[in-house]
Amino acid sequence: MDLNFLDFEQPIAELEAKIEQLSYVGNDAEVNIAEEINRLRMKSRTLTKSIFSNLTSWQIAQLARHPQRPYTLDYVPLLFTEFQELHGDRMYADDAAIVGGPARLEGRPVMLIGHQKGRDTKERVRRNYGMPKPEGYRKALRLMKLAERYRLPVVTLIDTPGAYPGVGSEERNQSEAIARNLYEMATLSVPIVSCVIGEGGSGGALAIGVCDQLLMLQYSVYSVISPEGCASILWKSADKRELAAEAMGMTAERLAKLSLVDEVVPEPLGGAHREPLVMAERLRSALSRQVEVLCNQPLDTLLATRAQRLRSFGVYRDA
Amino acid sequence: MTWFEKIIPSRIKTERRTRSVPEGLWIKCEACDAVLYRAELERNLNVCPKCSHHMRIGARDRLTRFLDPGSSVEIAVGIEAEDPLRFRDTKRYKDRLLAAQKVTGERDALIVMTGTLLGLELVAAAFEFRFMGGSMGSVVGERFARAASHCVKHRMPLVCFSASGGARMQEGLFSLLQMAKTSAAIAELGREKLPFISVLTDPTTGGVSASLATLGDLNIAEPRALIGFAGPRVIHQTVRETLPEGFQRAEFLLEHGAVDMIVDRREQRERIAAVLRMLMHVATPAN
Repeated sequence: MDLNFLDFEQPIAELEAKIEQLSYVGNDAEVNIAEEINRLRMKSRTLTKSIFSNLTSWQIAQLARHPQRPYTLDYVPLLFTEFQELHGDRMYADDAAIVGGPARLEGRPVMLIGHQKGRDTKERVRRNYGMPKPEGYRKALRLMKLAERYRLPVVTLIDTPGAYPGVGSEERNQSEAIARNLYEMATLSVPIVSCVIGEGGSGGALAIGVCDQLLMLQYSVYSVISPEGCASILWKSADKRELAAEAMGMTAERLAKLSLVDEVVPEPLGGAHREPLVMAERLRSALSRQVEVLCNQPLDTLLATRAQRLRSFGVYRDA
Repeated sequence: MTWFEKIIPSRIKTERRTRSVPEGLWIKCEACDAVLYRAELERNLNVCPKCSHHMRIGARDRLTRFLDPGSSVEIAVGIEAEDPLRFRDTKRYKDRLLAAQKVTGERDALIVMTGTLLGLELVAAAFEFRFMGGSMGSVVGERFARAASHCVKHRMPLVCFSASGGARMQEGLFSLLQMAKTSAAIAELGREKLPFISVLTDPTTGGVSASLATLGDLNIAEPRALIGFAGPRVIHQTVRETLPEGFQRAEFLLEHGAVDMIVDRREQRERIAAVLRMLMHVATPAN
């Protein structure tokens, strides 16, 4: 299995390669080879644990963007028993960088909305690398309004480098599309639970991320600008992305310490892509627990709490 | 350096380099090259009297001259920036704040005032672009939210003049969340049926354009103002093609249906007052 190791995982990659070589030899019935494989597996596990117990922000950002990381549509069949994908913003186009539709979460119908990246080159282009255009955000808003009418709680999965900056995006008013979602989500009269599953890229992420409860997977990131963007503006060099990643505080752990995230969902050893089934199971249980709690709240409590939550964002001195 | 420059005594060279016109008495219009008398330009709200080019104007100056003379009172003054991330790039965030405060004489990038506009009571806010590019951090978000709360409490409309590069990176996710906070504040004005007028001035981009600035009941732009989600440089790098002439200028936005009108700075008082009176069912004054 090619796990596509990141640079800081190279020592693990070497061990895994050795294990694989040995396992081919292993059929020749020598008992101590099995033992040796087991020993190496243990060693690989210990090594992974030690590397992953001490990741830098930049390394976590790389994991969040890992080419094999599960995306929204990878989770859908694992989280939900049913899903009907709905398309289009009814005005201009269907943006494949955002997917959504009614889905059933542990028996309860919800409205799922999520960013979607592509796995191979062709799909990446079709999904625009998970960077939505205005029509994507307008589709999301249409689905939220549908959810509101039929009282389905909204579940959003966030995974985008950011909203797409292009000529067409500007012509169709990307700013307004994002702003409108922020405005409407502030008072949408159904519970909203969001989870950052990979990259939470700035306004493009927030546009489906105004919520009652914010979850993040352990190795996901959420930030006001990409580390590369921040580095090229403030350090005048994109090479300083590691410093920028650290300075902005974009990891789930740091954001939880700053009380900006309500729950961090632990990932399997080595990251979500190593064991997608385990990851999905944890995510499903976290999401359904959160949705359940919010659905039991009276509507006015829910909305008042959300308003209070939005009002309280920010750190400042009041003289 | 040419051989000729080398033989000139150094004293003369220095003198030539430091010689300058007395500080800012005359200003050259960047659009039509007309040389303008500073005091006259200021009387004209920093609009070139020759070609009507709208130069940038400071937030405090703009607000006191937008509101009726002597009517303005600043609110939400005592809110000051913290440094929750202890952010440091090539400089510390705290030092950048101090430097910006020194240059502008302001505490942060948004100023809020109450006052009257041709007799109509309202709250007006303006971004100070010279303060860290008018970037929106926690203070800007909180001041904007207080402006909206003041409107709700006293049943007044809100007018906001934006001029900003976007969210303030030095406050990380706290800054991003100000987009949600300010949008929620506008949603509350909407629920209370209190008008919110957004005036987009040069330049308005990024997180500010993608939140409060495009959420006006009316979105008004100043002539030729640069307004967009991404800056032209970012778009150019992304699409790698030359951008059309006038792309992301106010006139482009009007053509694409993104703003209601383009209004000359010298006519804003009358036009905004006229709209607000109609939206709020206030009779036109007799004279």
